[in-house]
Amino acid sequence: MGMTIAEKILARASGKSKVEPGDYVVGKIDLAMVHDLTGPLTLNVLKEIGYDRPWDPRKIVIILDHQVPANSTVTASLHQQLREYANKYGTNFHDVGRQGVCHQILAESYVKPGMLVVGADSHTCTLGALGSFATGIGSTEMASVFLTGELWFRVPETIRFELKGTLKQGVSAKDIILYIIGKMGVDGALYCATEFTGEGVERLSIDSRLTICNMAIEMGGKTGIVNPDAKTLEYTKCDSCEILRSDKDAEYQRTIEVVLEDLVPQVSLPHSVDNVKPVSEVEGIEVDQVFIGSCTNGRLEDLEAAAKILHGRKVKEGTRLIVIPASPSVYIEAERRGYIKTFIEAGSVVCNPNCGPCLGGHMGILADGEVCVSTSNRNFIGRMGSPKSKVYLVSPETAAATAVEGKLTDPLKYVRS
Amino acid sequence: MSAIKGKVWLFGDNIDTDVILPGKYLVLTDPNELAKHALEGLVQDFYKKISKGDIIVAGKNFGCGSSREHAPLALKYAGVGAVVAESFSRIFFRNSINIGLPAVISKGARGIIKENEHISIHLDEGYILRENGEKLPIERYPDFLLEILKDGGLLQNLKRKFARRGEV
Repeated sequence: MGMTIAEKILARASGKSKVEPGDYVVGKIDLAMVHDLTGPLTLNVLKEIGYDRPWDPRKIVIILDHQVPANSTVTASLHQQLREYANKYGTNFHDVGRQGVCHQILAESYVKPGMLVVGADSHTCTLGALGSFATGIGSTEMASVFLTGELWFRVPETIRFELKGTLKQGVSAKDIILYIIGKMGVDGALYCATEFTGEGVERLSIDSRLTICNMAIEMGGKTGIVNPDAKTLEYTKCDSCEILRSDKDAEYQRTIEVVLEDLVPQVSLPHSVDNVKPVSEVEGIEVDQVFIGSCTNGRLEDLEAAAKILHGRKVKEGTRLIVIPASPSVYIEAERRGYIKTFIEAGSVVCNPNCGPCLGGHMGILADGEVCVSTSNRNFIGRMGSPKSKVYLVSPETAAATAVEGKLTDPLKYVRS
Repeated sequence: MSAIKGKVWLFGDNIDTDVILPGKYLVLTDPNELAKHALEGLVQDFYKKISKGDIIVAGKNFGCGSSREHAPLALKYAGVGAVVAESFSRIFFRNSINIGLPAVISKGARGIIKENEHISIHLDEGYILRENGEKLPIERYPDFLLEILKDGGLLQNLKRKFARRGEV
């Protein structure tokens, strides 16, 4: 019996030739990431232990992304603690000017196929799109990783999603993953690795694969993962890394087929991510704010899709559009291609790369009773501000069309025209 | 470990980290301050209403959402003695044990245990004892997880290990 890519990476990292679901292994960590909200707790734990020298500073990445530049003296002090630790030991550090959404920074500059990656952020599963095993952990166990370079894992069962065919125009990766979560439920993949395979995935860009793996956690998944191919190797500039892929006779907990041609734009309604419907069934909901960005949809491809719809049009009066590129390189390329100008001319605000209003920290917090259509990944009660606000999760195409009309809008008519 | 005894607070399925501890409080690092906002999304002033050692009994997928350790920390410092659920999101499960708050899986318990009932959890023996004497089975932890809980959390566990190496 063969192994899945998730099993192969955990076997490699724990020095075993074979592992099976349910095995407990101790894996050597290739990359460990904290950000400005989870990192300070890790440092507190190290302080408490009385020993804070990292096992290998080259494998630690500290990224300011949640509230950056600092929006209060409290946040400023958190940034200061991380800055001091990074300087003391020479870890990788993304300060103001090199900051950006942590998972995008890791994808662009650090992650290689086959790596075992942990991040003190639940959306670390995003990086599985590059053929790594990447998962979120807490701040205390991150302290343990900083000191030892190791962590225990229970080898997960893998659920395989076989994507067939091609998406229709105006339908994108976000619609695929929202559709899947709607079918699976928020705990449908609890503790499991979720592997996305098939010609449908092979045809998708790396940006799209990152969007899909990003939301594996929203169905309880331990990680999302895509077998590396030529696109992965090019994106990660990977000349010499060891390529691990699932065996043909690997065992899966189950396999679910998704036919991409059949998909239409999807929306996740408040207050649960699996509350998914086709946008066409709930069009017309009045919207106060639209957010395009986040670790789910703040990449170049997302901004391109939104800019195509917004080009030459205006954001509806009474609706606010906030656009946030996920990283400095996304920002620069979006500027070069004219997307940033398009957004500003349409009447939106473009902020510096960071998480923005996704988790209600700053840059667009919602008031009582407000409705936000967002390309981010969570619509829990109070996620983006007031517990009395509502968040609808959509693709960048749907978000852009919604901004133009001021109400939830199916984007298909905009891409066809 | 000695038994964990307390009064029961019942909750439903998919209790997420944003209602356990809303994102706007993530800049707080003092657990006693976090405690004041525990479960704010569902029960106002939860920290004033609970008695030390009270036990949360919930449905499936407790703690889904973010990796924020602030969520179990807020519960623990508000006075919660343990969380019993049908299932946990995996990051919450790890975090909870790592900060010394027992996250106990007991299939079917949510449908049997009553609100405000007094129960005791016997981790070593592997059961929950109800007021009426009924015993409900719980999933046993692997030894290394039980060891972390016995130490009071991963921090204490690491302190002990690193002190042994003479590195603290």
